[in-house]
Amino acid sequence: MRTGRTARAGQYVALLAYLVFLAFPFLWLISTAFKPPRELGSLHPTWIPRDPTLANFRQAFDEQPLLHAALNSLIAALGAALVAVLLATPMAYVMARHRTRLARAATGWVVVSQAFPLVLVIIPLFLVLKNLRLINSMPGLIMVYVVWALPFALWMLVGYVRAVPPELEEAAAVDGAGRLRTLVSVTAPLLAPGIVATAMFAFVTAWNEFFFALVLLKTPEKQTLPVILTHFIGAEGVADLGPLAAAAFLATLPSLVVFALIQRRITGGMLTGAVKN
Amino acid sequence: MTSVTEAERAVRPAPGGKERSSVMDRGAWFLVLPALIPILVLSVGPLLYGIALSLTDAQSGRTQPTQWIGTLNFTDLLHDTLFWESFRIGLVWAVGVTVPQFLLALGLALLLNEDLRLRWLARALAIVPWAMPEVVVGVMWRLVYNPDAGILNETIRDLGLGDGRDWLSGLGTALPAVVVVGIWAGMPTTTVALLAGLQNTPRELHEAAAVDGAGAWRRFRTVTWPALRPVALSITALNLIWNFNSFALVYVLTSGGPGGRTRLPMLFAYEEAFRYGQFGYAAAMGCVMVALISILLALFLVGRLRGGDEA
Repeated sequence: MRTGRTARAGQYVALLAYLVFLAFPFLWLISTAFKPPRELGSLHPTWIPRDPTLANFRQAFDEQPLLHAALNSLIAALGAALVAVLLATPMAYVMARHRTRLARAATGWVVVSQAFPLVLVIIPLFLVLKNLRLINSMPGLIMVYVVWALPFALWMLVGYVRAVPPELEEAAAVDGAGRLRTLVSVTAPLLAPGIVATAMFAFVTAWNEFFFALVLLKTPEKQTLPVILTHFIGAEGVADLGPLAAAAFLATLPSLVVFALIQRRITGGMLTGAVKN
Repeated sequence: MTSVTEAERAVRPAPGGKERSSVMDRGAWFLVLPALIPILVLSVGPLLYGIALSLTDAQSGRTQPTQWIGTLNFTDLLHDTLFWESFRIGLVWAVGVTVPQFLLALGLALLLNEDLRLRWLARALAIVPWAMPEVVVGVMWRLVYNPDAGILNETIRDLGLGDGRDWLSGLGTALPAVVVVGIWAGMPTTTVALLAGLQNTPRELHEAAAVDGAGAWRRFRTVTWPALRPVALSITALNLIWNFNSFALVYVLTSGGPGGRTRLPMLFAYEEAFRYGQFGYAAAMGCVMVALISILLALFLVGRLRGGDEA
C-alpha cells in the first residue's frame, strides 16, 4: 500500500514510542543490576552505571539459595513440559481427527477453564495434595502444572494436527501400515516441530509461574525462582534493590532464550500456521 | 496464550469435513484417557470440590470435623464490606487495564502490519514482556517507581516537574500505578492476537477502497474493523477475565496496599484462605467472583454484538 512520506515518518515515530515504552523497564532493570550500592542510594540515578559492578550478583547468591531455586524451577518446568506434551498429543490427535461429543466437551472445557479464578481451584487442590502428602514436593507441583498447561497445549496441538493432511495417513494405511505404525512413522515426524514448540511454551509458562508455587511450596529448599525472588523484598516492602535486580535479571534469561527460539512461531508462524490446512 | 489461537479460530474456522468419523473406537479412547484422567481428577474435580467447600465451614488446622452450613458463607459475604470494596477495586483494575491495553495494542498491531523497516525487530521486542515471569515484571516496575533510585522520579526531576513521589505507597497513586504495569504486561498477548486478526483482513478490499479514494480512517472503519471484530471481542473478553483474576503482579508491587487500595479480589481470597485459613469462606468468594464476572461478561458480549448490528 502506498503511504505518504509524512504519514510514514509518523508511523516510525509511533513505533519508536511503543518500543521505548515496552523496553525501558527492562533496560532499567539491567542498569540497576550493575550499579554499586553508592549509586543506588544517590538521588540522581543514571541510565548507564558510572561504576558498573558484579557485586550485586555475588550478594544475591549469598543472600538467597538462587542456584538451588533455579534447579527447582528447571525440574518443575521440564517435568511439566514433557508430561503435558506426552499426555496432550494423543488427545489432541483424537480431538482434531474425530468430531465427537467428547472432543467438543474437551474444547469447551479448555475455554471454560480460562475463566475460573485460580483461588477456587487451589483450595481444593491444596487439600487433596495435602492428603496425598504432596504439599511442598516437586511431583505435586509438576502435577498441578501439567493440568494447568494442558488446555493451551491441547489447543496448540489440535491446530498442528489439523495441519497434517489426513490423506498422508490414508496413503500409509493403503500401503498396509497399521494404525500405530502410521501414527509413529507418518504423523509423528510431521508433528514434531509443533510438539517442540508446544513443549517450549509449557516450559516458559511453568518457569514463570508464581501463584501455585507460592501456595504449594513451603520451605526455601523446595521453592522455585519466582517465589525466592519475593524473599528479597522485606516485610515492610523495603528491598535491597541491587541484588533484587540482579536476581530478577538472571531469572528472566532462560525464558527469554526459549522465547527467542519460538518467537517466529508466535508472531507469524504459530498463529496462521497452527490453523492453516 | 490460548486466546490467540482461539481468537484466530473465531475468524477462520479450520475447514471441517476432514474428520474421519464421529464415533470413537477403542483405540481412540486409549489415546484420550492419559490426558482426560488428569483433567478430570485435577481440574474438573477440584472445581466441583471447591464449590462444595463454599457450603461448609472448612478451616485449616481445625480439629472438629467440617460441617455443612448451607449458604451461611454467602450471606456473610453479602455483608462483608471489605470484600465488596475489593471487588470494586478488581473491576476498576480490570476495566482500567483492559481498555487502554486494547487501544494501545491495536495501534501497535496496525503499525506492525505495515511494511516498515526493522519490523522483525519491533515484533520480537514487542513480545518480550510476555516471556518474563510476572514476578520479574513486578520487581522491574518497583525499580522504575522507586522514589529515590527510580527512573520515573528522576525523569520528573530532570524535566523540572517537581520532586516526584512515592508512587506505590501513595493512597491516590497506587492503583493508577499498578494499572500502568498491568497494561504493559498484557500488551504482547493482545497485540499478537490483533495482528493475527489483521492478517486475515482481505488486502484486495483494502486496495479497492483506497482506489475509490477512501481515507485511512474510512478504510479502517469499513474494511479492517469488520474483519477484526471477532478477534477484538474474544481477546477483550479474555483480557477482562484474566485481569480480574490476576494476582502475581499486584502481590509483588504492593501486596494489596496501601490501606487495601490495590487489594484485588484474588489477593483478598488468597489471604482469607492461606493467611487466615478460612477455606470455606474463601471458596465462597471464588464462586461469587466467577458468577458475577460471568454475568458482567455476558452483558458486555450481548451489548457489543447488538451494537454491531446497528452500526
